[in-house]
Amino acid sequence: MATGPKVPGPQQPAGTGLISKPKNPVNPTLSAISPAPNQADVPLPGHRVELGADTQLRLDCGAALGPFPMAYCTYGELNADRSNAILVCHALTGDQYVAETHPITGKPGWWELIVGPGLPLDTDRFFIICANVLGGCLGTVGPKEIDPESGEPYGLGFPVITIGDMVRAQAMLLDHLGIDQLFCVIGGSMGAMQVLEWASRYKDRVFAAVPIAGAARHTAQNIAFHEVGRQAIMADPDWHGGDYMTHGVMPRRGLGVARMTAHITYLSEAALHRKFGRNLQNRDMLSFGFDADFQVESYLRHQGSTFVDRFDANAYLYITRAMDYFDMAAEHGGSLPVAFEGTKTRFCIISFSSDWLFPTSENRAVVQALNAVAANVSFVEVESDQGHDAFLLDEPEFIRVLKGFINGCAEHRGLGR
Amino acid sequence: MNDARAAIRVDLQLIADMVPAGSRVLDVGCGEGALLRYLSDFKQVDARGIELSMAGVNEGVSQGLSVIQGDADTDLDDYPAGAFDYAVLSQTLQATRQPHRVVENLVRIGRHAILSVPNFGFWQVRWRLMTRGRMPQTETLPYLWYDTPNIHLCTIKDFLALCRDLRVEVERAVPLDRNGNALDWSASGPFANLLAAQALFVLRQG
Repeated sequence: MATGPKVPGPQQPAGTGLISKPKNPVNPTLSAISPAPNQADVPLPGHRVELGADTQLRLDCGAALGPFPMAYCTYGELNADRSNAILVCHALTGDQYVAETHPITGKPGWWELIVGPGLPLDTDRFFIICANVLGGCLGTVGPKEIDPESGEPYGLGFPVITIGDMVRAQAMLLDHLGIDQLFCVIGGSMGAMQVLEWASRYKDRVFAAVPIAGAARHTAQNIAFHEVGRQAIMADPDWHGGDYMTHGVMPRRGLGVARMTAHITYLSEAALHRKFGRNLQNRDMLSFGFDADFQVESYLRHQGSTFVDRFDANAYLYITRAMDYFDMAAEHGGSLPVAFEGTKTRFCIISFSSDWLFPTSENRAVVQALNAVAANVSFVEVESDQGHDAFLLDEPEFIRVLKGFINGCAEHRGLGR
Repeated sequence: MNDARAAIRVDLQLIADMVPAGSRVLDVGCGEGALLRYLSDFKQVDARGIELSMAGVNEGVSQGLSVIQGDADTDLDDYPAGAFDYAVLSQTLQATRQPHRVVENLVRIGRHAILSVPNFGFWQVRWRLMTRGRMPQTETLPYLWYDTPNIHLCTIKDFLALCRDLRVEVERAVPLDRNGNALDWSASGPFANLLAAQALFVLRQG
């Protein structure tokens, strides 16, 4: 696959992913991270609205939320019919900076290969919306935000949220924007979960749905990896039971380890081997110590250390939990097809052959459920060795298929081809 | 658009002409989607496809068609009864593992099923087997015996017998020449099984 500085990195809006090596030649270690701009101090470009002032958002856990802020970015223009809106749902550690420079990392937007003039999500034709997810840490309400009742950050006082809550919050945003029906809802990984939830919950509001590298449930293995990440955060003494902000610290090591673990799951063995093999980092021989002898170690440490600059540890706990709780069949009496009964949405399910985190089999289960209700569905497995993160990378076949599907749907929606 | 019309294979054109405008069609083994494209462009059909080869699927979806990667043997079970007006299986039945299950599924999913099959009773096939004593290779069945996707070959008579066994009603039976042009005889009559290279059937649940 093509490599280059313009290519966004795996699961992050930065260009330091799989395809580019850490720029810093020294071994970054998680205990010795240089001070970096804190997320809270950086002004966030884009829009921020207050939602739920009149009618609160009733969460699945029983709590009610509102009024609450939601931050979002838009690209392109909404047409007069308000029929050309596309909602992009971001992944676990993604954010609303889809197609613009990230305010904290300074790296290109995480989907600049897909969103832009002439690209599959063509900003010359479509109005693209991406909101920071409920529970996130870049402007939408989450554990990092101040609880109006206590005047302190929510911390673990923030209610546990679900994918369904995230989607209902997004629907409130669309109400605010005056958009009845989305032309398309699209997203990868956790974004795909939101897409499926949208298509199930708001059947009349979704003309086309593109869940990429997703699943209708989190598997035991998915939950297991998330639990390792959460335990790493909670084992960090700087976590302080979630109250680290009042202590003026961040559980940087814990969050860094969580990121390192998760990052492995986003890649494939083939990709790791191709990129790093057993190559040594800045040395000719083994050190017989626990320094990062291997390039892959150095790379992971770099991933961990840069992640903590832009992500909140508690937000990581909450959002991973939301993914763990996701099980669409369970919410519909154990039958996934029931979730999609009566749908008129045009679906395009896309998986990647080397993705073992959200494998083709899980994506195919969604296809089977959609077939069971005779839904209009396309399904493509893209041959790739880049693992789960392939949806963020330059995969020409993926981009070609996506463009064809979007254009076909646009024609059916009367938006031209 | 006219190019698409001109490009469609003769046997696919025959199938397309049997499908009323505006109906719902599932094309099983749709290849790169030529029939789907035609039905959707010229007959306003709600057309969906299943294709085994990923290259075919990607090509179809890239053209804006609704195609899933799947297998006639395993993936037809998912669809509900009567989901489509027509379920089409063109030149693929002989390559399935369980042709009888596939036929049952097609008439269950579609109110009508349209199938085309190569005829192993075709005189050229018989002649080559008789004169050379070797597995025949013809234009319709071009593969060597050890390297062929065609694992369940039948004659027109065999296929009609299967339909009787499955209590599937044969609404139409059209013998075709090797180019896919319709021949004038009845497919169940005495000439078809000898003189037709292939045949097209419209079936429905009996």
